[in-house]
Amino acid sequence: MSTELQALDVAVEVDARGTACPGPLLDAKRAIGDCPVGGVMCVMSSDEGTIIDIQRWSKKMKHEYVGDYEDDGYWRVFMKKNG
Amino acid sequence: MSEETMNQEETIKSLLARVETLEENAPNDSLCLGVMDGDYDKTMAAFIIALGAAAYDMEVDMFFTFWGLAALRDPKKKAKKDFLGKMFGAMLPKKASKLPLSKMQMMGMGPPMIQAVMKMHKAKSLDELMKDAGEFGIRIHVCTMAMDVMGMKKEEMIDYPHIDYVGVGAFVGMFQEAKQCWFM
Repeated sequence: MSTELQALDVAVEVDARGTACPGPLLDAKRAIGDCPVGGVMCVMSSDEGTIIDIQRWSKKMKHEYVGDYEDDGYWRVFMKKNG
Repeated sequence: MSEETMNQEETIKSLLARVETLEENAPNDSLCLGVMDGDYDKTMAAFIIALGAAAYDMEVDMFFTFWGLAALRDPKKKAKKDFLGKMFGAMLPKKASKLPLSKMQMMGMGPPMIQAVMKMHKAKSLDELMKDAGEFGIRIHVCTMAMDVMGMKKEEMIDYPHIDYVGVGAFVGMFQEAKQCWFM
């Protein structure tokens, strides 16, 4: 899965590494406005909880969770903006 | 018009009226939090939950009362108080970062220790959470009754972008319409 995710064209990258909850979620909320509809946003977080946070949050906000993978001590969580 | 059509029209009218009533009474996508405890960790939790809800685009109303009011004090501001007010003012924490912990207070050693551990893990301090709350439009409502009892004044409250002063009537009005209301 990670090779497919790495190949994705990421429209917005949010580096929330080194911040603890609720940091990554708030950073994602702030950044989603800059993401074009249909674009992919990648949230980088050192908090594993961010994965499930983004899964639930993106679903509730009518976006789409795409996938995640672990990369050198942190996680990359991908979601697609649906408008 | 046939009788059947008239019945259907009546049914539709009454259904529409009932749906309208249901829609009016349906809860808003909002969260109410009663914040009374006045401990650092619990006040942090209140703000983190409030921020999480704001990330879901929920409206958030936080009602601060009694010991919770200490978190809203600005030590740089002065207010005229009577003797009892001055006593309370001296005994209560002067600002959010001086709130005691609910556990492991360790006669005052607890808070600086937990704040050091939080800094190591890059967790946000209560001050930082409150600043974020302002950015996300989280509303703070201050209980005027508790303020009067403890001799606290508007003039000594922090500059927060969405703050107002209310009674319990406002709080009940808020949580009647909210999806969830919790008290901590």
